[in-house]
Amino acid sequence: MSLFHVVEFCLKIGQLFWMLCCWLVSWLIDDKSPLPVGSVGDPDKTKMKKNHHHHNKMCFFWNKISTSGFKIPTFSLHPVRFGKNWWKKVVVAWVVLWVLISFWTFCYFSSQAMDKRKETLASMCDERARMLQDQFNVSMNHVQAMSILISTFHHAKFPSAIDQRTFSEYTDRTSFERPLTSGVAYAVRVLHSERKEFERQQGWIIRRMDSFEQKPVHKDEYNIEALEPSPVQKEYAPVIFAQDTVSHVISLDMLSGKEDRENVLRARKSGKGVLTAPFPLIKTNRLGVILTFAVYKRDLPSNATPKERIEATNGYLGGVFDIESLVENLLQQLASKQTILVNVYDTTNHSEPISMYGSDVSADGLEHVSPLNFGDPFRKHEMRCRFKQKPPWPVLTMVTSFCILVIALLIAHIFHATMSRIQRVEEDCHKMKLLKKKAEAADVAKSQFLATVSHEIRTPMNGVLGMLHMLMDTELDVTQQDYVRTAQASGKALVSLINEVLDQAKIESGKLELEEVRFDLRGILDDVLSLFSGKSQEKGLELAVYISDHVPEMLIGDPGRFRQILTNLMGNSIKFTEKGHIFVTVHLVEELLDSSDVETSTSTENTLSGLPVADRQRSWQKFKSFSSSGHRSFALAPSEINLIVSVEDTGVGIPVEAQSRIFTPFMQVGPSISRTHGGTGIGLSISKCLVGLMKGEIGFSSIPKVGSTFTFTAVFANGMHSSERKSELHNNNQPILSEFKGMKAVLVDHKPARGQVSRYHFQRLGIRVEIVSGVEQALRFTTTVNIILIEQEVWSKEADVFIKKLQKDPLVHSPKLFLLANSIDTSISDSLRNIIDPPVLIVKPLRASMLAATLQRGLGIGNSETSQQKGPPALILRNLLLGRKILIVDDNNVNLRVAAGALKKYGADVVCAESGVKAISLLKPPHEFDACFMDIQMPEMDGFEATRRIRDMEEEMNERNKTGESLTVEESNRTRWHLPVLAMTADVIQATHEECLKCGMDGYVSKPFEAEQLYREVSRFFSSPSDTES
Amino acid sequence: MNNVVAQLQRQFHDYLVSLYQQGFLDNQFSELRKLQDDGTPDFVAEVVSLFFEDCSKLINTMSRSLERPENVDFKQVDSGVHQLKGSSSSVGARRVKNVCISFKECCDVQNREGCIRCLQQVDYEYKMLKTKLQDLFNLEQQILQAGGTIPQVDIN
Repeated sequence: MSLFHVVEFCLKIGQLFWMLCCWLVSWLIDDKSPLPVGSVGDPDKTKMKKNHHHHNKMCFFWNKISTSGFKIPTFSLHPVRFGKNWWKKVVVAWVVLWVLISFWTFCYFSSQAMDKRKETLASMCDERARMLQDQFNVSMNHVQAMSILISTFHHAKFPSAIDQRTFSEYTDRTSFERPLTSGVAYAVRVLHSERKEFERQQGWIIRRMDSFEQKPVHKDEYNIEALEPSPVQKEYAPVIFAQDTVSHVISLDMLSGKEDRENVLRARKSGKGVLTAPFPLIKTNRLGVILTFAVYKRDLPSNATPKERIEATNGYLGGVFDIESLVENLLQQLASKQTILVNVYDTTNHSEPISMYGSDVSADGLEHVSPLNFGDPFRKHEMRCRFKQKPPWPVLTMVTSFCILVIALLIAHIFHATMSRIQRVEEDCHKMKLLKKKAEAADVAKSQFLATVSHEIRTPMNGVLGMLHMLMDTELDVTQQDYVRTAQASGKALVSLINEVLDQAKIESGKLELEEVRFDLRGILDDVLSLFSGKSQEKGLELAVYISDHVPEMLIGDPGRFRQILTNLMGNSIKFTEKGHIFVTVHLVEELLDSSDVETSTSTENTLSGLPVADRQRSWQKFKSFSSSGHRSFALAPSEINLIVSVEDTGVGIPVEAQSRIFTPFMQVGPSISRTHGGTGIGLSISKCLVGLMKGEIGFSSIPKVGSTFTFTAVFANGMHSSERKSELHNNNQPILSEFKGMKAVLVDHKPARGQVSRYHFQRLGIRVEIVSGVEQALRFTTTVNIILIEQEVWSKEADVFIKKLQKDPLVHSPKLFLLANSIDTSISDSLRNIIDPPVLIVKPLRASMLAATLQRGLGIGNSETSQQKGPPALILRNLLLGRKILIVDDNNVNLRVAAGALKKYGADVVCAESGVKAISLLKPPHEFDACFMDIQMPEMDGFEATRRIRDMEEEMNERNKTGESLTVEESNRTRWHLPVLAMTADVIQATHEECLKCGMDGYVSKPFEAEQLYREVSRFFSSPSDTES
Repeated sequence: MNNVVAQLQRQFHDYLVSLYQQGFLDNQFSELRKLQDDGTPDFVAEVVSLFFEDCSKLINTMSRSLERPENVDFKQVDSGVHQLKGSSSSVGARRVKNVCISFKECCDVQNREGCIRCLQQVDYEYKMLKTKLQDLFNLEQQILQAGGTIPQVDIN
C-alpha cells in the first residue's frame, strides 16, 4: 500500500514538473521571437553575440531536459532567441512552479492525514458498534430464554411454578447475564371475557398505563393505586411478574400504553424480539428501549403465519434496556474513550432520528456512522462517532512545504541576484570597452595634436627668436636691450618646452629614433656637470660624478638623448636639493651585480656630503634584468655595454603618495611644486620613455626629507673595438692629460666617499693620489708629492695648523697647495689672503677640462707650453728623446732625412744608415744606441731580416754575459741587451704589425712621423727623464 | 720697405695655399716645414732637393727598364715605384704620391702600357712640383733678403 503511494506520488510530481517545464519553455519561446535590440551601434555584431549566447543557454537547457529522460514530441529549438531578460521569466516561472509544488505538497500530506484519521475513526466506531450489538444480542438471547422459562414453568405447569416472588428473585439473580437490561417483566394475555376471573384471581384490577405516561411522576410520588382501571378492551396484557427494579409496572395493561401496545402486537405477530422506539422510562425517566418477546402456548414452527402466532400467544415478556447506561458501561470498558464522541440514534424514522445516547453536539467535522443491528428488522439504529478534539494543526506538513518554498525562493533569489549581477557586469564591461576605445582614440588624437601643434609653434618661434637675435645686434639703449634679452630668454624657454612636448608626443607615437653615434661618456658627463655647476655653486651643493673604470671611453649610442635623461634627472635633483650633495655614478651593470653586497653596506656617513641618502639599491630593485631569477638573464652581445647610472641627491624627496605617478606625463608632486619650482612635469616621463628606447629601465627610491635616488640602465654598443683605435682616441681627445702624467698628490679629506670621487678625477689626469684624513698626515708627504689637495671643510678647520707649519718650515720645493671647494666662499678667500703663497681654489664640480686648466694655472706649467703650437706631447717627447742616440735605417734618402729631422727636433742624437747591412754593423753590441727605427721594405735586406739578425747578435751577447765572459765593465752594466727596434712603415695593416712583432720588433710607427704616435711608442721604452733622475 | 715684405709675405702665403689647394702638396709638407727651425734653416730645401734628385734618378732607371717592350723587369720597376712613393709621401708631394699609387697598381698587374703612362705622368708631376717649389723657395729667399720672416701657413 505505502509503496504504491510512493510511486503514485513520484509520478504525480514528475507529471506536474514536466508540464510546468513544457509550459515555461513554450512561453519563453513564444514571448521572445521579437527580439528587442538594445544596443545602438553595430547591431549585427551584438545580434551575433546574442545568438551565440542564447544558443549556449539553449544547449544547457536542452541537456537538462534530455538528461531527465523524457522525450518532447513536438519541440523545435533551433531558431529560438532569448531576450536579455529571459532569466527573469525563468525566475518567475520557477517561483510559480515551486509555490504550486509546495501547495500541492501541503494538500497531499494533509489529505493523507485526514484519510488516516477517518480510517481510525471508522475502525474505532465499528468496533464500538459491534461490541454494543454483541452485548445487546447476548441480553436479548437471555430475555428470549426467559420467555421460554416462563412458558415452561408458568403456563405449562398447573398450578404455576412461578409466582411474583420467585420471578423477581430469579431475575435479580440472573441479571448479570443481561448486562444491558435494567429490568424484566412478564405480562399475560387476558381476553375481556376472562378479565373478571383474572382480576379476582390476582386480587387487583387491570389498570391502564397511558395516563401516567402523559404526566410522568417521580418515583417517590408514584402511586399505583391512583391509576385508573383499564377501560374495557378486547383483550388486556397486564403485567403479572416483574423484576424488583420495575415492580411498579405490575397490573399495568401493556396494551394501554401506545409504545407498548405496538410492541406487543408486533412481537406476537413476528415471534421475534421487538424493540420500541427509545422513550423516557417510567420512574427513572431515562431513555430506554423495551424489548418484547411473545410467549406462545405451544412451540410454533418457524414458518407459522402471524394469525397462528396471535392465536397461540400466551403472554409477553419485556426487558427494559437502559441505553444510556449501557453505552456508558460499554465505552468505559474500552480504551481511548476520551478521544471519540459516540452518539447512538434510532433512525427508524429517517427524517428525524431519535437520539438514544450522547450529547447533541453540532455535527461539523469528521463523523463516522456505523449501523447497529439489534435483531429487530423494523427498527434501525446507528452509531455516530466523532473525535472529541479538532484535528491537530498539520505542523509537519506546513513546515515541510514552507521549507520547500523557502528553499525554492532562495534559489530563485540567488539565481536572480547572480544573473542581474552578470548582466550589470556585462553592461559595465561593455561601457568600459567603449570608454577605453574612446580614451585610446583621445590619447592618439592628443599625441597627434601635440606633435602637430608643437611643430607648428616651433616654426614661427624660430622666426621670432631669429628676429630678436637680429634686433639685439642693432643699436638699442639699455632698456631696450633688456627687453629684447628678456623676450629672447622667454622665447628660448618656450622653444625648449615645446621641444619637450614634441619629444613626448614623438615617443608616444613611436616616431622617435635613437642615433647611433660614437661618443665620449665622460665628456658628456663633464658637460652636464658644467651645465649645473653654476646652480650647485650658488646653492653650495656638492656635485660630483664618478664613472667606473670599466666603462669604456667611447660608446655608441645617442649622446643627445642620454644627455637629456641625465639633464632631466640632475635638473630635478638640483631643483629640490637645498643642502648636501648630488652624486652621479656610472657603472657597468655586471659590476654592480658582482659587488652588490658591498654596495648595500654603505652607511650614512659614507655618503658624499655625510647626509643620509635614499638607498640606491632599492631604486633598481624592481628592474626586470636584476630579478634574482634572471640574474644573468640580460645576455648581452659582447660589444654591448649595459650601463647603470644613478643620480643621488639629498633633497626634499618625493612624498610617498606621489611616488606612483612620478613617471606620468604632466604629473607633478603637487600643484604647489610647479609654482615654487616651475617645470612642466614632463621631464621624467620623457626620461622614462628614452630609457625604454635605450633598452633600459628607470626606477627610484625616495625617502621624504632625506632624498631621492634615481637609477636607470641603458644599453650602448662598445665604441672601442681595437687597441689601435683606443690609442687614437687618446691622442685626439685627451691631450691635456699627459701633462700631469706621473705627478703625485695627496688629498686631505676625512670623508672617504668624497675622497674616492676626488681621487677618481685626479687619476683621470694621470695624477696619483693618496688620501689622508688629516692635515698632519698630509705634511709627511710634502717632500714626495707635487700637489697637496685639501678639502674645503678640512681647510676651514685646520688651516691654522697648516699655515703655522708652513711658516715655521718654509719648503723651497714645497708642493703646490690646492683647495677643493663647493663654492667661492668669501670667508675662504679671506683666510687665503693671509698666506704668502695662497693655495689655488678648485671649485667643484670636478671635471677634467676645468681641473686641468686650474692645475696648469696653479702649477705654472701649461700656459707657456700650450701657447707653443707643437702642443703638449712635443714637450714630453722632447724630454724623452733628449740626448738619446737613435739609429734610423732607411734606403730612401728622403725618408731618412725627414725622419732624422723629426727626431733631431726632439733633441735626439740621430745616426742614419741606408741599408740593413750597415745597420747591423752599427748595432753589433756593444754599442751606444738607445733605439732604432727600421724601414721595413729595403732592397738587399729588409727590415724584418735586419731585426732578426740584430736580435740574434743580442742573444749571443746575453749568453756571453751570463757565462761571465763580459769583456768590459761597461758591458756588464747593461746586463741584458735588447735594443728597442721600431718599424717604420707606410701601411698600417694589422698583418704587417703582427709580423713586426714576430720578428722581434717592439712596435711600429707609421710614415710619415706624427708627433703623438711617435711619443706613444717611444714612451713605452724610455722612462721620463724626471724618473730616471730621481 | 716693410710694405714690400708684407707684400712678399702675402704672396708667399697665397702661393703656398694655392699649392695646397691644387693638390700639389699635403699636410706632410707642413709637418716638414715645422721640423725646420733655427738649427736647420735649410731643412726643407735640402729634403726637397734630395727628393727631386731621387726622382730623376728613379725615373731614369724605370724608363730604361720599361724601354724594351719584351722582358720588362717589373720587379725593378716596382721597387723604384715604392721608393718614389715613400719619398713623395714623406715630402708631402701629394700629386706625385697619387700617381705612384696608380703606377704601383699597374706594376702589380704587369701592365707595361699603364706603367709607361704613369711614368710619364710622374715625370711630369715631379717636374711641375719642382718648378713650383723652386718659385716658393725663391720667394722665401726674397723675403729673407728683404729682412722679413717666413710666415707660418696653416692649411687647416
